[in-house]
This record gives sequence, C-alpha cells and structure tokens, in this order.
Amino acid sequence: MRIGTAKQTYAADQALFDSVTQRAWVGVLVLALVAFPFVADGYWLYLACLVAINIASATGLNILTGYTGLVSLGQAAFMGIGAYTVAVLEQRLGTPAILNLLIGGTVAMLGGVLVGIPSLRVKGLYLAIATIAASFIVHFLFANLGVTGGTSGMSVPPAKIFGLSLDTSFRIYWLVVPVTALMLLGAANLFRTRIGRAFIAIRDRDISAEVLGIPLLRYKLLSFALSSFYAGVAGGLWAYFFRVVTPESFPLQMSIFFLAAIIVGGMGTILGAILGATFMTMVPEFLKLVVGWTSLGADSLQLVAPIRIIVFGVLIVGFLVFEPHGLAEMWRRVRRFFHLWPFKH
Amino acid sequence: MDIWFLIEIILAGLAGGGLYALAALAFVIVYKATRVVNLAIGEMLMIGAYTFFGLSTGLSWPVWLAIPGAVIASALIGGLIERIAIRPMLGEPPISVFMVTVGLSSILVGVVELAWGADSHRLIEFMPRNPIVLGEAFIAPKVFYGFLMALALTLAVLLLFRFWRGGVALRATASDQGAAYAMGIAVPRVFSLSWVAGAAIAAVAGIVVGSIGGLSPTMGIFGLSVLVVVIVGGLDSIAGALVGGLLIGVVESLAGGYLGGEYKLLTTFVVLVVVLMVRPYGLFGTRDIERL
Amino acid sequence: MRTPGQVLLKNNNDGTGDRVDSSAGDPILRVDGITLAFGGVKALNQVGFSVAPGSITTLIGPNGAGKTSLFNTISGFYKPNAGSIHVAGRDITHLAPPARAKLGLARSFQNIALFRGMTVLDNIKLGRHVHLRTNVFDALFYLGRARREELALREDIERRIVDFLEIDHIRHASVASLPYGLQKRVELARALAMQPTVLMLDEPVAGMNREETEDMARFILDLRAEWGITVLMVEHDMGMVMDLSDHVVVLNFGQVIADGTPAQVQADPEVIRAYLGAGDVADLRRRLRAEAA
Repeated sequence: MRIGTAKQTYAADQALFDSVTQRAWVGVLVLALVAFPFVADGYWLYLACLVAINIASATGLNILTGYTGLVSLGQAAFMGIGAYTVAVLEQRLGTPAILNLLIGGTVAMLGGVLVGIPSLRVKGLYLAIATIAASFIVHFLFANLGVTGGTSGMSVPPAKIFGLSLDTSFRIYWLVVPVTALMLLGAANLFRTRIGRAFIAIRDRDISAEVLGIPLLRYKLLSFALSSFYAGVAGGLWAYFFRVVTPESFPLQMSIFFLAAIIVGGMGTILGAILGATFMTMVPEFLKLVVGWTSLGADSLQLVAPIRIIVFGVLIVGFLVFEPHGLAEMWRRVRRFFHLWPFKH
Repeated sequence: MDIWFLIEIILAGLAGGGLYALAALAFVIVYKATRVVNLAIGEMLMIGAYTFFGLSTGLSWPVWLAIPGAVIASALIGGLIERIAIRPMLGEPPISVFMVTVGLSSILVGVVELAWGADSHRLIEFMPRNPIVLGEAFIAPKVFYGFLMALALTLAVLLLFRFWRGGVALRATASDQGAAYAMGIAVPRVFSLSWVAGAAIAAVAGIVVGSIGGLSPTMGIFGLSVLVVVIVGGLDSIAGALVGGLLIGVVESLAGGYLGGEYKLLTTFVVLVVVLMVRPYGLFGTRDIERL
Repeated sequence: MRTPGQVLLKNNNDGTGDRVDSSAGDPILRVDGITLAFGGVKALNQVGFSVAPGSITTLIGPNGAGKTSLFNTISGFYKPNAGSIHVAGRDITHLAPPARAKLGLARSFQNIALFRGMTVLDNIKLGRHVHLRTNVFDALFYLGRARREELALREDIERRIVDFLEIDHIRHASVASLPYGLQKRVELARALAMQPTVLMLDEPVAGMNREETEDMARFILDLRAEWGITVLMVEHDMGMVMDLSDHVVVLNFGQVIADGTPAQVQADPEVIRAYLGAGDVADLRRRLRAEAA
C-alpha cells in the first residue's frame, strides 16, 4: 500500500494524477516535451515524431484489443484509410490540416464499424482472422482504386497550420505531439467513465455484461469506431510526416507491429501503449547501433534487417511467455519497490 | 467459352488444392491435439523448403537423401518450437498462443533471411520433366507430380491416424485431454508428436511448393491461404482440410485464370469473410457451445 | 430508502424512472407456461409461478432440475420455446437482456461472474451502467457531465451500497485477489447498483461457512426491509430457505411440483420424495443391512 496517499474527497480519489509527486512529474514531462525540439538534432526529432504517431495508433488498438478484448490485425489498414483520405484531401482540396485529420479519422472509423459488424457472431480468433482478410481487401482497394493513385501511391503536400508549412521534423513535431497527447488524454478519460467500464466488461465476460445492461453489438461497434478513428488520425499524421503514401506503406506486418507493441507494453493499460510503442520503435534503431559497433564493413548493415525481424519475433514470444502483462507491469513493480522502500511489503 | 481452358484451370486448381490440403492437414493435426491456431504454418513450409535447399544445393546431398533429411530436420525444429514456445503457454488464452505463433513466424523468416539472404532461390529439379496432357488440357509436370506426392503423403497420414497407436492417442487427446490422461496417454508427448508431425508434413508441402514457385523468405504468405482453407473446412476437421483445400485451390485458380493473378488472394479472402459470416465453424468443424 | 409496497419502477425510456405504488395483489414477476427445450431434452416444461412484490421467493430442487436454466430464461439469455414472462405487468418475453436490466431485473450468478480486470469499485459502478447517461463524447472530454455523473455515482454507491455490505476495506482491491465469500458480496453489491426491483440470486450462500451464510442472510433480509427489493433466489441450504422465504417453488425435471409457503412445501409428500428426503438414518441402515443379507 502506498503511504501518505489517503484522500479526503471522492474527486481527489478519482483524479488521473492523484498525488503531488505524480503531478510534479507530469509537469516535468510537459516541460521536457516542449524543450526537446530545441535541443535535439534531426535524427532524434524524426524518431520522436515516429514514436508519437506509433503511440497514437497503439493507444487506439489498445482500446479495441487490450480493453475490449477484440483482437484486430487490421490497425494498419485503418491507418492507411486515414492516410489516403488526408492525402487526397490535401492534394485535391487543400483543406486545413486539422480538418483533414478529423475527416481521415472519420472515414477510417466508418471502415472500422463495417469490419466490426460481424463481431457479434464472429468471436475471438475468428474475428482476428476476419480482420486479416479485411486488411487484405483494403490493401487491394488501395492498389486498384483510381483516386488512390494505384500502386505508385500519392505524394502528400505538407500540412499547413496558419499558413506555415510543416515541412521539417521540427515543425511537424508541434502537430504530432499535441495531437497524440490529446488522444492519450481522451483514452485515459474514457476508462474513468461507464463507456470504458463497459469495454472491460465485454472483454472479461461478455454474457454477464449483457445481462447487466450493456448492449453488446453497440459497444463492440463503438470500440471498433474509436480504435479505427484513432488509427485514421495516426495514419493522417503519418501521411503528413512521411509525405508519401503507397499501398505498401501499411502492410499486415505493421498491424502485427502494433499488436506486438501493446503486448510488449501491457494490454489494457494506457501506459502500456506508450511504453510498448516507444520500445518497439526504438528497438530497430538500437539494433542498428549495436550491429554497427560489433561488426565492421558495409555488409554488416545487410544483417540488420533479418536480425531486426528475429528480435521482433523473440520479443513477442518472450514477453508472452515470461511477462504477459508487459512493460507496464514491470514498471509497476519498480514503482512499488520505490514506494515501499525501505520496507519490503 | 473455351472448355479446355476451364478444365486446365480446374485441374491446376485441384493440384494446387492438394498442396493446400496437405498443409491444412498439418495445421489441423496441431489444432486437434493442442488447440493452437498456428499462424506460422506458412513459415513451417518455408523451413522445409529451405532445409531441403540447404542439403541438396548447399551440401550437395542427393535428392533421395535430402528430402528425408529436410523432413527430419523440420520435424525436429517443430518439436523444438513446441517445447520452447508452445508448452509454456499451456492454459493461456488462445489469443496469446496465437500471437506466439505470429512471433514465431517472424523468427523463422528472420533466420531464413539471415542464413540465405532475402533474394529468391531455385530448388534443384528432381521431378520428371515431361508435360502431362489430358485430352487438350495441359498440366505443368511439377504441379502434377507435386499433387501426387501430396496425395501419397495424405493417404499415409490418414492410415497412420487410423491404425497406429500414436494416431489413436492423438485423436483421443483431441477429444478430451483429461480423459486421455486418465487412460494413460502421455498428453505432453502427444503435444510434441502433433507438432513434430505437423512440421514434417508441412516440410513436404514446402518442398513441393518451393519446387513449383521458387524459394524466398516471403514464401510464408502461403499460410494465409491455408488459414482460409481450415476456416472453410473447420479448424478441427481432417475431412474439412482435404475438401477445403481442394475447394480453395480451385476457387483461387478460377480467380487467377479469369480475373487475373492479383485477384487470387482477394478472392480467397472474400470467401473467408463470407464463410465467417455464414458458417464460422466451417463445413465440418464442431460448434463451440458457450456456457453461462 | 423505500417502503415495501412502493416498489415499482416505471421506466420513462429516458434513463429516469418513477416510483409507482403497486397494488398489493399484482405479482411483480410472473412466469407463465415456460417451456425450454435443448434439442430433444426439455429443460423446462410448462413452468409457471408468481412472485409477490417485496417478498422473498426461493426456487429449490435437485441438481439438474432446471433452476439456473429458468434464471437464464428470465434474464433473457435463453429464449423459451413457449410461455411468457411479465415484470410489473409488462411482457418481457421478447426483450433483449439489456432492456430487462433497464426495467429493474438484476441477478447474481452461480459461479461468480465478476469482471476480473477491474477493481471492486469499478465492478459495482458497472452495475449502474444502464441508468447512466454519459455518452462517448462526454467520456472523452470527461470534465463536465461525465465527471459530475461519476462523482454522484461514487457518492451514491459509497453511502448506500459499500457501507451496507461492509466492503469499504476492499473497495480498491482487484476482485481476482479476493476470497470467495467477499467476491460473492461484491457481486451482490454490483447487482444492487443496478437499482433493481427484482433481484435474482443464484445460490447466494453456496460454499460459505456458517458465519458468512448468516451475514448473507442478514443482508438479504435488509434488502427487503430497507430497499423494498423483491428477492427471487435459488438455494440448497434448507435452513436458509425455510427461515428466510415467504414463498417456495419446487422444481424437478423442469417441472413445478410444489408452490406455497415453506411449511406447505416441507410437508408436501412429492417434494419429500423427490428432494428433501424422509425417514431417519437408523431406518435406512436397517434396510440396507437387510438388502445386503
């Protein structure tokens, strides 16, 4: 039990950050995030933006898979829908970036609801396999619909906020990070209300949930809608960040990446999506460094790709076998140790 | 409408379907015994093909030695996978085990790419070269002989299943683990056996698929079609695997022949979606009953 | 606090409800001619009985008699092949389970059906789901309506349920870590959060020791006295059944074989033969020895 944390009002008990130390740390984090772009070089800014986009998408998947228990291997497809929508809107209409992101999210959300409709009859692994099928069908559409530019894809003009072109990592950071932060906040809020509780109930025991008054189909569709909206916005950010969208940009492998991210991070926790997405994005970069140090010569870089794939697989299997609650659980253990120190229990 | 074209397509589809059926058989054996949905089935085929490649081309073993060698090596790898990655997941929710197989497929792809590179390779030719002609329909020789190999192995497996003690043990464990244990069947051993057998069968399928289409680390995509086959046939049904395999083989072939190559996978997946909506347990699968 | 007799909740279909006085004669739950068949097996055969408002009614019968099937049918999980169910005069036979919950039908489960991924408090709050109004947009934003509703909910639950069931010391505990007796109490708390008019309890004291059973019996009596809730329960503990119930219905092989006060049912010869048992142990021993000889 944490010492010195007794609350005097229910409001204080239910706050997101419920102690002075926590609030202080959050303040420090915000300051760090604001200061970061001014001290970091191009490479780290690039990574930061990529990590933020991945966090946003992983959070969306976490809502569907971690909290509601509906396994989906379609996250990349929904991101692709958002990305293509933003690309088309920006290229053809030049509408404002924020609006494009919202529309991209909405179109992806509609796709998500469509995929979710069978979720009442199709359960568990069958649903996961259905999402694989959906993801292939979407990929096919990307490659063959005229408006999406076919197999060569589309280039995306930079986002413009108040006339300023977000064409460098430094500039786009200021779009990506606040949007991601808002999305995280929204997700955290969701699970303090009846909507979030209903999702968890569906995951744990959907039959009882129904008897308790939760209309299953409506909430499952809501979960699909939210998670694919998140994916769509993340995909839109992705499009503005990479400035090019092709059918190969969002392969099944990417959906697997996000599922691995929430498994490694810890399914069903907001922190899990953050830790998992960060970790899984940074691992390939870390590997590049390690491979660069240990072997010499140009062909060592050739090895990075297969080693990365192996490490990816090992992480998934390793975490599932040894630490199924992910990094978030490991973090909780560390925190508990420090809270209780010098006591053991 | 060219009838001979249609017949050719159907025959090619059946032949390809035979391979699907074989791979689906490997999948179903694993599922029946351990209740694991093995998404790495395509990669297990790949391992069979690559070990054969390594032995026949790399080590220059004669074909009649390389094939059994590859099968045994793959079988051992299958057993190893079961011990290290699947056994510890006993009792975990099925989705976690499913994700383990996803992780495994990544590991296998990475290992293959590390050892043999990302480029495609060709397998040594070991099947008779003369084309097979039926009336005016032409069948590629590799496809035909591949089908024969698949057929032979399928029959062998079916007979083993029926009459060999191990086969009976497998069926018993699939029906009721607890009862099988009580009858003195070493259930963990059955688990290992199912993965070993599955890997061995997949290896043969892999060798044939590799002979027809060449080798590459992306060969595993074959597994997605196999997934559709087992859903259509029923995850725990051997008959379903065989019938489903032939069915999907023909459907894919028709799609490829009349719509174009890029429509093959799309059609397969549309079939999957339809089956999931209409009859999720497949043609022959057993229904799961939910208890309140 | 409601007084017995003032129990009916009229659903205004907008999340609010009205207390309506019930006339003493109308049953609050009426089951008529319910037949439920699985394949060729009839789990329930023409089952019918009424439950008076504010009463404690118990379903008894041997295992496999169909008691839980009946509960599941009333909950809406099974669709009966024939018959009807009325709650407060309303035909609910074709209503989906969430709609039945909204009308005030709550239940607990034989095997505990708590949501293991949540704390005790969250599980209880979930019970109120159907009466809350927060939608997705409120939830994402949180400050404003969602926050107000959550705080009001928390206060209500703490004052009326957590204190009543004496579970304040475990409110933040994860339900998976609780002992069996406390889990059952949390499940009761969750059912109470549903603001029920009829509370169905499926074996509320199964697996409990003497002390826990007495606590639960006390809670059930208080439910009726303080909350005005009608209780329909399935139980095997005859002591509890006879002491607590106003009305007992006996099921055997899916059929009602007796229906009346505890005293009447206890004396019914068919009930004795099918379920309660008669005669003393010495007599039984004599008979067995005679048969063995």
